[in-house]
Amino acid sequence: MTASSAPPPPTARGKAHPLRIVMAKVGLDGHDRGVKVVARALRDAGYEVVYTGLRQTPEMVVEAALQEDAQVIGLSLHSGAHMTLFPAVVEELRKRDATDIVVFGGGIIPDEDIAELKKLGVAELFTPGTPLKDIVEWLRGRFPETAAAPAP
Amino acid sequence: MRVRYHRDAAGEAPESWDSEYEATPMRDDGIETATLSGMDVKMLYTSRDVEARPEELSGQYPYTRGIHKTGYRGRLWTMRQFSGFATAAETNRRYKYLLASGQTGLSVAFDMPTLMGQDSDAPTSRGEIGHCGVAIDSLADMETLFEGIPLAEVSTSMTINSPAAVLFCMYLAVAEKQGVPFTNVNGTLQNDILKEFIAQKEYIFPPEPSMRLVVDSIEYCTAEVPRYNPVSISGYHIREAGSTAAQELAFTLADGFAYVDACIERGMAVDDFAPRLSFFFDAHIDFFEEIAKFRAARRIWARHMRERYGARDERSWKLRFHTQTAGVSLTAQQPQLNIARTALEALAAVLGGTQSLHTNAMDEVLALPTDKAAQVALRTQQMIAYETGVANTVDPLGGSYFMENLTDRMEEEAEAYFERIDSLGGVIPAIEAAFMQREIADAAFRHQQEVEQKRRLVVGVNEFMSDQDDELEILRIPLGLEQEQVQRLHEVRRSRDEARANRALERIREAAANPNQNLMPLILDAVRASCTEGEIMGAMVDVFGLYTEKAII
Repeated sequence: MTASSAPPPPTARGKAHPLRIVMAKVGLDGHDRGVKVVARALRDAGYEVVYTGLRQTPEMVVEAALQEDAQVIGLSLHSGAHMTLFPAVVEELRKRDATDIVVFGGGIIPDEDIAELKKLGVAELFTPGTPLKDIVEWLRGRFPETAAAPAP
Repeated sequence: MRVRYHRDAAGEAPESWDSEYEATPMRDDGIETATLSGMDVKMLYTSRDVEARPEELSGQYPYTRGIHKTGYRGRLWTMRQFSGFATAAETNRRYKYLLASGQTGLSVAFDMPTLMGQDSDAPTSRGEIGHCGVAIDSLADMETLFEGIPLAEVSTSMTINSPAAVLFCMYLAVAEKQGVPFTNVNGTLQNDILKEFIAQKEYIFPPEPSMRLVVDSIEYCTAEVPRYNPVSISGYHIREAGSTAAQELAFTLADGFAYVDACIERGMAVDDFAPRLSFFFDAHIDFFEEIAKFRAARRIWARHMRERYGARDERSWKLRFHTQTAGVSLTAQQPQLNIARTALEALAAVLGGTQSLHTNAMDEVLALPTDKAAQVALRTQQMIAYETGVANTVDPLGGSYFMENLTDRMEEEAEAYFERIDSLGGVIPAIEAAFMQREIADAAFRHQQEVEQKRRLVVGVNEFMSDQDDELEILRIPLGLEQEQVQRLHEVRRSRDEARANRALERIREAAANPNQNLMPLILDAVRASCTEGEIMGAMVDVFGLYTEKAII
């Protein structure tokens, strides 16, 4: 699919395969320890995980999610630009008529910002110290029909 | 398994000791007794665990016990708190506050756009300006940053890598305007691009031209700014990305050797530049392992410099290093506990003989530090220096069976990694094969699993949690400053001699295409002509191209 072709209709997304998650580093910082650990844990939990690599713009992330036919986008950011870039991803999903894709995020995010980001459409935010199983459980709760096999 | 202590055929312990030992129940809490990096630790170390070697003294090759004979009796470490946020004017105020509080050196933190070589008006600078550090676009910002701070009297460390040459030239241009000769300019440039490819990922150009710029700056400093440390070879970011202590040690020193090789290849004599290479390590929470790492680092560097590179100047053998306490060890839960963590880590750095130290503030896990938190962090160093008495004896743990054994094992592990890196063809091929990146990601994942399985306890996170985490007041960077910074940048572009600026950029493009030309004087000219950071980096991107890494999980 090229950037100019239409995304699949929202209802079609995700029916053909187990839950697919695009994990992305938005913004300029290169701190990828967290995103890699989470990506590996989600993969071990049975989900299909696509990691975009560093320095993705909101447009690139949404494009990747559409191309990969993903139902979930996981964002990681450690530079303090979350109040600009996380809502920009949600906005881009709106523009591309893909608001059924669920966005969650992680990083160094103060409590007040978490409340604000949730209002703006980010489904959940995970901060430092979150056990990996909490993230997996949250996904299972959110997508019970695609519950992945537990990690071996 | 109970590993009590090493016994060989010749040395049995008294029977009574053995039987008492067997009869004593051990803690059975499932918590790892290996070091944080996974090195086995026995219950007791004795003289049999230590290799016999000639008496080592401080200030003597191989410097395991420190590079100065007198340790901190001669001179305390430099208390150098890393700081920078928002605009140059705001950060200038913080610097004056820190200097007035007794800090003895400055250390500049730049924001993400500056670190990534782009101007504040670039589309991808949106939301990032002034957040991770101070926004610097041109010489005008750098002048504001050091307004009223005499560069002849203060030493300044600048944490900048891919665009290091550009920011360093801005600093030199400020010195020039203050009337300070380059020979009196003092400080350290991080300028360690190899660890960017390995860990922190703030690279712009591909490895080869990136290395050329580093060598250009070393060559330039050797000739023109002899008191300045042009590279700070950094393990900090490798460790924070999840490596073990031994990996941090090994990858950092391997990077150091790669810079030495590159300078020799340029035609420089090892003793002309090696005395100005400096290092930067992490001080993590596993106390003894960290001290062993620092001691091993000195010994390995000294041996390789003397025996492998044939350096004759003792200064080339001496590994000097800055330390920062481990940001990654801080917890967002019960953040006041971070004061205690940082104090312990700082103590390890001091017992390991660091030359300068940054202690993290308790709130750095949430945001850049407030004035108050930054002051507590600095005061922690002052307590170690002046209250505890630990600075009165050089290498106080030298001769400890455990410490000497750990130091030896650190050295062995590092040597094993050097061999693996060599077998891959050296540091850059190993980076391209993602060898170090994978080792680090594996170690990070292993550690996270240990925490999840409670084989490692993190107080306040997976044990001893508190229902009411005390809220900390955190530093907020107003989004409005983006507009201000962009306006200042546009004003610089409006008021400069455009033809002169364009000529300077064109000369950089020409020189970039000629690997035999040192870029530094041309970058300095462009800075003087008020070319912006993004323009100068852009001119080099035109020739060098951009690097992207293969994403691995």
